Amino acid sequence: MAVSTAGPLATGPVSLLRLTTAGSVDDGKSTLVGRLLHDTQSILADQLAAVDRATRARGGDGEVPDLALLTDGLRAEREQGITIDVAYRYFATPTRKFVLADCPGHVQYTRNTVTGASTAELAVVLVDARNGLVEQTRRHLAVAAFLRVPHVVLAVNKMDLADFDEQVFRRIEADFAMAATSLGVPDVVSIPVCALHGDNVAARSRRTPWYSGPTLLEHLEAVPTGREAVAEPMRFPVQLVLRPRTAEHPDYRGLAGRVASGVLQVGDEVVALPSGVRSTVTGIDTPDGSVPAAAAGESVTVLLADEIDAGRGEVLAHPEQAPRVVTELGADLCWLADRPLLAGARVLVKHGTRTVRAIVTELTGRLDLHTLRHTDPPDTLELNEIGGARIRLAEPLAVDTYATDRHTGGFLVIDAANGNTLAAGLVAAP
Amino acid sequence: MTAIMVAPSTGLNNNTVENDHLAALESEAVHIIREVAAEFDRPVLLFSGGKDSAVMLHLALRAFHPAPLPFPLLHVDTGHNFPEVIAYRDRLVADLGLRLHVAAVQDWIDDGRLVERPDGTRNPLQTVPLLDTITEHRFDAVFGGARRDEDRARAKERIVSLRDAFGGWDPRRQRPELWSLYNGRHTAGEHARVFPLSNWTELDIWHYIARRDVPIPGIYYAHQREVFARDGMWLTAGEWGGPRNGEQLITRSVRYRTVGDASCTGAVDSTAATIEEVLAEVTASRITERGATRADDRLSEAAMEDRKREGYF
Ligand SMILES: Nc1nc2c(ncn2[C@@H]2O[C@H](COP(=O)(O)OP(=O)(O)O)[C@@H](O)[C@H]2O)c(=O)[nH]1
Repeated sequence: MAVSTAGPLATGPVSLLRLTTAGSVDDGKSTLVGRLLHDTQSILADQLAAVDRATRARGGDGEVPDLALLTDGLRAEREQGITIDVAYRYFATPTRKFVLADCPGHVQYTRNTVTGASTAELAVVLVDARNGLVEQTRRHLAVAAFLRVPHVVLAVNKMDLADFDEQVFRRIEADFAMAATSLGVPDVVSIPVCALHGDNVAARSRRTPWYSGPTLLEHLEAVPTGREAVAEPMRFPVQLVLRPRTAEHPDYRGLAGRVASGVLQVGDEVVALPSGVRSTVTGIDTPDGSVPAAAAGESVTVLLADEIDAGRGEVLAHPEQAPRVVTELGADLCWLADRPLLAGARVLVKHGTRTVRAIVTELTGRLDLHTLRHTDPPDTLELNEIGGARIRLAEPLAVDTYATDRHTGGFLVIDAANGNTLAAGLVAAP
Repeated sequence: MTAIMVAPSTGLNNNTVENDHLAALESEAVHIIREVAAEFDRPVLLFSGGKDSAVMLHLALRAFHPAPLPFPLLHVDTGHNFPEVIAYRDRLVADLGLRLHVAAVQDWIDDGRLVERPDGTRNPLQTVPLLDTITEHRFDAVFGGARRDEDRARAKERIVSLRDAFGGWDPRRQRPELWSLYNGRHTAGEHARVFPLSNWTELDIWHYIARRDVPIPGIYYAHQREVFARDGMWLTAGEWGGPRNGEQLITRSVRYRTVGDASCTGAVDSTAATIEEVLAEVTASRITERGATRADDRLSEAAMEDRKREGYF
């Protein structure tokens, strides 16, 4: 199959897209991921040789390498023949580099899907053309909606086993569009593919003349990236204060951090929260010199006009677009621990660069992943369940609603005793 | 190759949308390094003198600029060194006023805590000195230059990855890592391995070295060297065993793709003497090594490289 992409030959600026994949077991996710790596020439020859050998050892004819074997990681997975943990894959085209969080499909691994979706700007949801939408598909779509992944792609796989029949594709496309609409997913693109042979993955298929949309890779290259975060209100969580106290920089005092969202400019009036003190940005430093502004995603050092007490844990914001400062919050929790959550649990909440003690005072409902609506208050929240909760904080936090800012609306719930991560938290509307 | 901070030729923070993948990777790594410096008491940065650790050190210096690096470096020294790499390391440490700990495998062999392997390779012997040194200095966060694209098990490694008192990694009990919130909470005796280069590929590393003029040891560039052939590689002569009888020394133009234990790290034929030429060579060789739908059974150079990495941290 002819392939035009060659990642390493990049000449112009190369952008970065983080994506995640999800699908139920045997829908062909590993094969699709292997295909993307293969067709973007991201696989070393000796890795391919190993796959060929393994394909033949497993009784394959070696005619079509079992690309799923490429992305097959930990020993436990090999023994059980399933993917257990999120694995990260890397591939590139001349215009874009991709960081792919490859998430396992089993029901009991929602925690992995949530992890992968938390950083993804795009989610690829796979279905088997012969089966259409199944319970797991809806669940994966719901997780993408829940975590507000901006772009969703439906890959209808194994089209070869459905005779590349347009009607089959259109019916699944319509079912998926309906589910997406009801969940509030804004941007869905559906693509008929055959991961095993590469149809419409990197190369346009001759077997789907009725399909005029982009190949999967074309779409991945075209999706806008990073825009959303820049349009949001500015948030700058302070990571640490740099005070060199060297002969060269005796009085330097810079706030080191990464712009979480929005754009910060020299001259901006800012408020540090939760403390509430105000100052003006007099400089934005990088090791290469000063810059007039810094946008979402950029790590910089901020200089203020006043020596205010804004250290780690404070968030700089524009006063007219400041986050809420709260000591109690409503949130959705995706429970990631084996031990269930009960009301009254004492935990730590890590939000931005601040960690505070907290009590989960109340479980307010369990999220029905079909409807994204809450059911009646449950007694417990079990592993992989998502539910509403009220949380009382020992100290104030400056938060945004997850729905308005993915970058500052998320937090971790941590076990104070052993430090384990118990839940992914999404700040709910007040 | 003198100063570490070099003005870039491109406007990186040009106050527009972050539109370049190297800028994104750089900002992510700096964020990780700052988080760890803020949340851990005693970090240390593993520094082998190789290109990945050179990039990691460069990023760490950027993270705290203009303040000095707030933690020391640790070199787990096999004793099978390229003199050029040690000279590079020492010059860097002196020029930048860094603190360096050296854990020499030889010391562990001398006092009986380690036994030399029959094959003479010392890569697998690095683990004990590493863990002993972590314990001795009570380091609680250890920066490593590993990348997830290196092998399949690494693909599942977290950016901040907890180790028990024995340095053990249990892939089944990894903490989920959400958004860019890193949970490094640990109990006494545990430590975290931190991998700021997790999302970088080998090509990203080379592109970054070119963009930021990151100093790396001269043996990464083509040079004339006396070598002898063994196991299909060009090995350099040295006191650790080689050349042996029958192995002939010849002078060739070579460069190294990795700088590991000199007794088993091979050089490749090359005339690439500048970073641009190396970049072109790496790019070209990766393309030809990739893409072929049916590779022959001959071990590629990349496979060799990857295999050796398996013995590493
Ligand atoms: N005929 C056909 N088989 C496929 C296709 N994609 C994957 N498969 C096969 O479906 C099976 C499951 O694929 P795999 O990638 O392991 O699924 P996963 O569990 O979703 O990762 C394997 O036997 C694949 O070879 C396809 O497009 N067409």
